[in-house]
Amino acid sequence: MKPVAVTAIFAFLAYLLLTAGSGDVLFWSWPEIVAGVLIGVVVGGLSASWFCSSGNMRMAHPFRWVLLAIYSIGPLFVEIIRANIDVAIRVITGNIRPGIVKFNPGLSTDLGKLLLANSITLTPGTLTVEVDDTTGVFYVHMLNVSEICGEKEMCDASDIFAFFNMPAWIRRIAE
Amino acid sequence: MDAEIIIFICIAIGLLACTLGVAGILRFPDVYTRLHAETKLTTFGSIFLCLGIIAYVLSQYLAGGDAQYIVLGLHTLLALIALAFTNAIGAHAISRAAYRAGIKPEGVVDRLSEVEQK
Repeated sequence: MKPVAVTAIFAFLAYLLLTAGSGDVLFWSWPEIVAGVLIGVVVGGLSASWFCSSGNMRMAHPFRWVLLAIYSIGPLFVEIIRANIDVAIRVITGNIRPGIVKFNPGLSTDLGKLLLANSITLTPGTLTVEVDDTTGVFYVHMLNVSEICGEKEMCDASDIFAFFNMPAWIRRIAE
Repeated sequence: MDAEIIIFICIAIGLLACTLGVAGILRFPDVYTRLHAETKLTTFGSIFLCLGIIAYVLSQYLAGGDAQYIVLGLHTLLALIALAFTNAIGAHAISRAAYRAGIKPEGVVDRLSEVEQK
């Protein structure tokens, strides 16, 4: 029953997001709210087994979504801007040392790995090429491998992100 | 007007990033480094173009516009989230496929070649 309720509420909220601005009850009209409830119940009944297939209800807590929003407009955005300026300079000067390095963030859940791999790929200059599912090791292609990181067998999070400890943020959000 | 200056700055940053992305495709040596320039810089450019739209929407709504501006702003925000996710996943899929197809990266280290002996 719980997966159905979670999926129905999620579908209802997504419907409200798409139809905002339709009326006078806050931002919505009554017909849209009623339609949203009906569609939410139907979607919840049909797709709960797929939507909650991991059986893990951690992300149902609203606090984690607030934390995810703070993460994406705070640390992630700052990193993206810093890395973009860096890559823009490298495009102009042509000064690059590319290479694939190993990096073990120590994450265990699939969602955590997805979020971190997406964060790495979205930051310019770093690109997740492969993730080893059994050991959790990330193989990251970097546009500019530093001397220290190139020598080491396993790179640290500080070699890949400049300012923030991203694996710790992801662990707080998703694990 | 202040809002117009913010909008112009956002659009200028977006266009500059997209232009540099195109320059990066031409300048970088192999497929992986080109993916950096192509997908990341253009994503960054799109983010700032969308932020320009959102700034425009907010300025119009606060100046007494109707609810249609909220719809435009929210849909732009959703497009931005979808763009960020799909662009990252697409870049990962292309690079992984390229590696599996046997294209070796140019560069100083390649830790993946030490394990990929399956």
